[in-house]
Amino acid sequence: MNSLSNLPAVLVLEDGRIFRGRSYGAVGTTLGEAVFTTGMTGYQETLTDPSYAHQIIVQTFPHIGNTGVNSEDPESTRMWAAGYVVRDAARRPSNWRSERTLDEDLVEYGIVGIQGVDTRALTRHLRDAGAMKSGIFSGDDAAKSDAELVELVKAQPSMAGRNISAEVSVDTAYIVEPADHGYTGEPKRTVAAIDLGMKSMTPHRLAERGLRVHVLPYNATLEDIKATGAEGVFFSNGPGDPATATAQVELVRSVLDAGMPYFGICFGNQILGRALGFDTYKLRFGHRGINQPVMDKATGRVEITSQNHGFAVDAPIEGTVTAPVERFGKVEVSHYSLNDHVVEGLSCLDIPAFSVQYHPEAASGPHDAAYLFDRFMTALDSAAEKDSK
Amino acid sequence: MPKRTDLKSVLVIGSGPIVIGQAAEFDYSGTQALRVLKEEGLRVILVNSNPATIMTDPEFADATYVEPITPEVVEKIIAKERPDAILPTLGGQTALNTAIALDKSGALQKYDVELIGANIEAIELGEDREKFKGVVERCGAESARSVIVHTLDEAFAAVEELNYPVVVRPSFTMGGLGSGMAYNPEDLRRIAGAGLQYSPTTEVLLEESILGWKEYELEMMRDKNDNVVVVCSIENFDPVGVHTGDSITVAPAMTLTDREYQKLRDISIAVIREVGVDTGGCNIQFAIDPATGRVVVIEMNPRVSRSSALASKATGFAIAKIATKLAVGYTLDEIPNDITKKTPASFEPALDYVVVKVPRFAFEKFPAADKTLTTTMKSVGEAMALGRNFTEALQKALRSLEQKGSELSFEPIPEAEHEAVLASIVKGSTERLSLVQRLLFSGVSIEKLFETTAIDPWYLDQLQLINEVAQLVAANKHLPEHVLREAKRHGFSDAQLAQLTGKSESVIRGIRHALGVRPVYKTVDTCAAEFEAFTPYMYSSYDEETEVAAHEKKSVIILGSGPNRIGQGIEFDYSCVHAVMALRAEGYETVMVNCNPETVSTDYDISDRLYFEPLTLEDVLEVIHAEEETGGVLGVFVQLGGQTPLKLAAELKAAGVPILGTSPEAIDLAEHRGAFQQVLDNAGLVAPKNGTAVSFAEAKAIADSIGYPVLVRPSYVLGGRGMEIVYDEANLERYITNATEITVDHPVLVDRFLEDAIEIDVDALFDGTDLYVGGIMEHIEEAGIHSGDSACTLPPITLGPDVRERVKQATRAIAEGVGVRGLINIQFALASDILYVIEANPRASRTVPFTSKATGVQLSKVAALIGVGKTLAELRGSYLPATGDGAHLPEAAAIAVKEAVMPFARFRTPEGKVVDSLLGPEMRSTGEVMGFDKYFDTAFAKSQAAANNPLPTAGKVFVSVTNRDKRSIVMPVKHLSDNGFEIISTGGTAEVLRRNGIPTQVVGKLHEGGESIVDLIVAGQIGLILNTPSGSDARGDGYEIRAAATSVGTPVITTVAEFNASVQAIDALREYEWDVTSLQVHDANLNAARNA
Repeated sequence: MNSLSNLPAVLVLEDGRIFRGRSYGAVGTTLGEAVFTTGMTGYQETLTDPSYAHQIIVQTFPHIGNTGVNSEDPESTRMWAAGYVVRDAARRPSNWRSERTLDEDLVEYGIVGIQGVDTRALTRHLRDAGAMKSGIFSGDDAAKSDAELVELVKAQPSMAGRNISAEVSVDTAYIVEPADHGYTGEPKRTVAAIDLGMKSMTPHRLAERGLRVHVLPYNATLEDIKATGAEGVFFSNGPGDPATATAQVELVRSVLDAGMPYFGICFGNQILGRALGFDTYKLRFGHRGINQPVMDKATGRVEITSQNHGFAVDAPIEGTVTAPVERFGKVEVSHYSLNDHVVEGLSCLDIPAFSVQYHPEAASGPHDAAYLFDRFMTALDSAAEKDSK
Repeated sequence: MPKRTDLKSVLVIGSGPIVIGQAAEFDYSGTQALRVLKEEGLRVILVNSNPATIMTDPEFADATYVEPITPEVVEKIIAKERPDAILPTLGGQTALNTAIALDKSGALQKYDVELIGANIEAIELGEDREKFKGVVERCGAESARSVIVHTLDEAFAAVEELNYPVVVRPSFTMGGLGSGMAYNPEDLRRIAGAGLQYSPTTEVLLEESILGWKEYELEMMRDKNDNVVVVCSIENFDPVGVHTGDSITVAPAMTLTDREYQKLRDISIAVIREVGVDTGGCNIQFAIDPATGRVVVIEMNPRVSRSSALASKATGFAIAKIATKLAVGYTLDEIPNDITKKTPASFEPALDYVVVKVPRFAFEKFPAADKTLTTTMKSVGEAMALGRNFTEALQKALRSLEQKGSELSFEPIPEAEHEAVLASIVKGSTERLSLVQRLLFSGVSIEKLFETTAIDPWYLDQLQLINEVAQLVAANKHLPEHVLREAKRHGFSDAQLAQLTGKSESVIRGIRHALGVRPVYKTVDTCAAEFEAFTPYMYSSYDEETEVAAHEKKSVIILGSGPNRIGQGIEFDYSCVHAVMALRAEGYETVMVNCNPETVSTDYDISDRLYFEPLTLEDVLEVIHAEEETGGVLGVFVQLGGQTPLKLAAELKAAGVPILGTSPEAIDLAEHRGAFQQVLDNAGLVAPKNGTAVSFAEAKAIADSIGYPVLVRPSYVLGGRGMEIVYDEANLERYITNATEITVDHPVLVDRFLEDAIEIDVDALFDGTDLYVGGIMEHIEEAGIHSGDSACTLPPITLGPDVRERVKQATRAIAEGVGVRGLINIQFALASDILYVIEANPRASRTVPFTSKATGVQLSKVAALIGVGKTLAELRGSYLPATGDGAHLPEAAAIAVKEAVMPFARFRTPEGKVVDSLLGPEMRSTGEVMGFDKYFDTAFAKSQAAANNPLPTAGKVFVSVTNRDKRSIVMPVKHLSDNGFEIISTGGTAEVLRRNGIPTQVVGKLHEGGESIVDLIVAGQIGLILNTPSGSDARGDGYEIRAAATSVGTPVITTVAEFNASVQAIDALREYEWDVTSLQVHDANLNAARNA
């Protein structure tokens, strides 16, 4: 029963609510924004998703770690979550691909966690009060007074207004070759992918369709993009407040002005929205899970999607409007959340640009929206056709 | 794209009687469907032969046909009602097969009826093994590999590819004849060699074995816009080899990574599209090789199933309801999620708890049956539990079974026995879980147990976790708070803690309450708390925050009947649901407590609040406490859910809980032999001579004084458990020796057995002043066959007004003497015109739904209202007819015949023969049907057709009876012979028939050589069998004849009384065309006659 032998741990929220449990993973102190995710599978992908940087993840599903950890499923080279809150951590993983326990990896990456918490009570609180600053304190750090801990939690910067791209992006560019991702034959086309905290499944989805992907750091320029020979540009998911991504917004505008096809996911959707002149705003508790229904307005069909976002684009769901930045022409919301009517996708009608707020690359999550990668392919093909005429 | 406007009326086909594999879950789904269709403003027509269902309550449809579900009868209903469409996907395989037959016969086309929610090609693609294999292949997935061979050489070549073990299946043999598993070349030579001979086409299918693989099921929904969602994933605790219905199952899947789960999801969606499931629910089963992760698709069901009911209860996503909306044209995104109100049904539920379902078996009823669990389902019911972790859910589910020994215990298994026990758990059995857990407790490693059972190591570790907590408790017998909390967090009951600490359960409870260690109640909300839930569907957990909202009115708590079992099934859920409906209608705040996922009562929108909880004293007291804390409790009903809540009555009262309706003292008065005798004496009534014994000596003394035969049984039982008719001292001694649980508190009852008596059942209501007789039922078989297995008729067909009046007065005297406030069921026996009282049960009985349907009066609703203080007089003219009662029905009243449905064909001896189908004092039927018609003969014929034993109108009848019956069969057999039936008989019976001038063909008995009667039966040449047993032939010819008949489905009658009724019915079948009449018309006719 490792559940009894662990050290005490405490989860502290900025509004003073406190949950006590036992330590899980690394022991010590961690601070971050407490957010919950409702996915019942995919903890390994979740923990390695760079979008969770500076967030303390609350898993609503009680049993975590059952299938251990393998080297195939991570979405990046490390775990990014600031902290981890679970109810029942697995003692003994079981899966034919399992190589280690999750506990071991949490320790290795220094992720301070807490187990034995009433995660449902915590989730209900975050749902009603909103995602908020929090901290996990375990071992000796848990012994401090509650008031002291609340002060520590409050002292951290807020997620709103925060720019984290530099922390999570690659330092240097690299190339993802189709041949390494199951695609046979010569690469069809070349695209640039701006890494703002990109999950590794995304370049895989591009490459398996025959695209050579030049992954560029967050601060790449149009010249850097053009130097790769890219025919289109992709902007990835990533953490932070899109309102602070001024440089990326400008870069997207120059890409659009250059007439290059654009595809954005998550953060890349918010940046396109801002480039078009729309505002972005922070959701109360965000959308995090792999069961999120999204309406594709073009087909009238529902996609079950993987989502992880705390911010959203403020655009009218109905009809077609001229982009506030008028030179980009007409734009419409292509997808919206059936749960709360939040914008889940943008589509430009006059220029080859579109983006979605959710995760068609899934990992974790369902593959319903994989067609969007094909749509990007089509946009690239049309643009090339136009150029050749 | 909202609802279709071209549909005005829809016929829903139900699933008929409760049988193993097709049970109450189809009442749950069918009831939801009817409610949706009515809400949508459609005219709703229903056919279902099962009177114990909520769906057949007349208010749920515009026209309710309690008629046999056969293509012929359903066609008559179509001709009469002319529905626009048929919805066949909510009534199990029965409804689907009926719809397919109607399509094939051209009836659908003839009457221009559309199938909705189903598509014949899709059904056939899903159900045809070979075609489905093609579907799977086209979806880029795999089925188990197989090769068809025609010679042994080909078989050996095929095994090179498939590897041992291989499943050997001869083609076109009956009932799996010649199938087997070959583990090595010798096996293959033997099994495949024989199989090639058995097969008329000299053809054998060899299939790779997936035994021991992990087994999963995904529940899916699809709408007409091709939106597909996965409602739930279910993982089997028992690996492939045990039928899902017999396996412990867990939701959601616990041991898959996201990649693996998404692979199953992708395959499922591809398959549902490729098969072309129209709209609605379906499920797909998978096996996964635990060593490599290779996925094999096992099968799919293109309809709502048992597991969809489980998935609905497990997730809060009402599959049947939504499937019905999809069938009438809505799409998933247009349907709101009931629970969150604001979000749509086009999503996939997220759980923040674990659901465990455990099967309940009835092998004690079939001692000859092989108890090994195989791919043939044998369980008769199930319990489900929710917990915030697996250990909590598992332990709650196990105690929900209410079976002795179902809770885990912590006794080590001596090392010397390990090997033998390990050998015994290779295959699934009812004991496997507890043996695995105790072996772990005794030091056997997880690796060893995985190797032996293939149960996933994660689950084995969870069992070990439970063991470790048990050790912690045993080491801390004073139960400090942190230990108590830890134990509770892993689902330990007070009873288990009592056992581990050597204290009593009530002391444990006292310690626990003093420390404030009590459960909280969480909500099932489909979304893991992401959105607010508006439906109070609760489950307990030992966690921090409770979610029970404050309520203004005091609550009325109705305790349900727990898992279905033989003797306590859907009939009791029916009464509970009726009580809830009546109390809600009268403005009471209702709270339902139950743990059976199949039922209507555990549908979250039946009561004001649903607690999905075990029905143990501990769990019920905690629910009551939670309700007390949030607004108070008016009282608790224990008389509606059968023996399960009734046995809690005294302890609840002792705990200060107000019991509504009949008091615990009155219950005890009826159940306590001596006290009840006093009640009878005071009323001048007689019981068969009897006595109570706690030893053989005492039993012998009683039997000697009252004379053999005697009826012996344990006290406080339902369904005649352990009841036997004993004809001599030797058998009495055997009975007492085998009855293990005789104590002063639980003695054996010894009654004089009345031979040739007419058995009479009465359901009545008493409010302290007035009596209302719901109905008097006359059994068709004589006393001695359990009332649950016996056919009966209401109104009685041979009891005159004076007898009925005597029954009524006796009922009144007993109800008054016992102090009933609500329902009472009394069994009488009429012998030589003396009315004997056999027993009285001051609670809702198994026959209440039948009585209610037959007389158009819903007795349980009245019982509930009496419980909250209403009088019968007040309810006259609304819930009750203005005048009259069910004792003396108008002559114009139609005749309702109840017939039992038996599960014998499911149970085979270890040698592979079906078990004996003889009826006796121990109940073994799983369900019942009702035949309803103007006259008894047709009503009886309908009941037999509905029970899947249609009577022949021509052909061969085999007759073989015991000596005492020879005289009474002459007339009916002659009648059949005169009407052109060929009579076949053996030995003594044949001689009697021929001497009476009846042409009779003689066939040999089994031991006589040559063509025997068994050969004729197996060849399907016999249309009807009358075989009454003599005491000695249980293992002789009689058994062989009955077993052969059961295995090929020939109707076999084992009593002369039923034979006489059958002869009458055959006449009716030959002379008249059946008419079908809805309950609504029957009720209107009866009311008109009552008022005339």
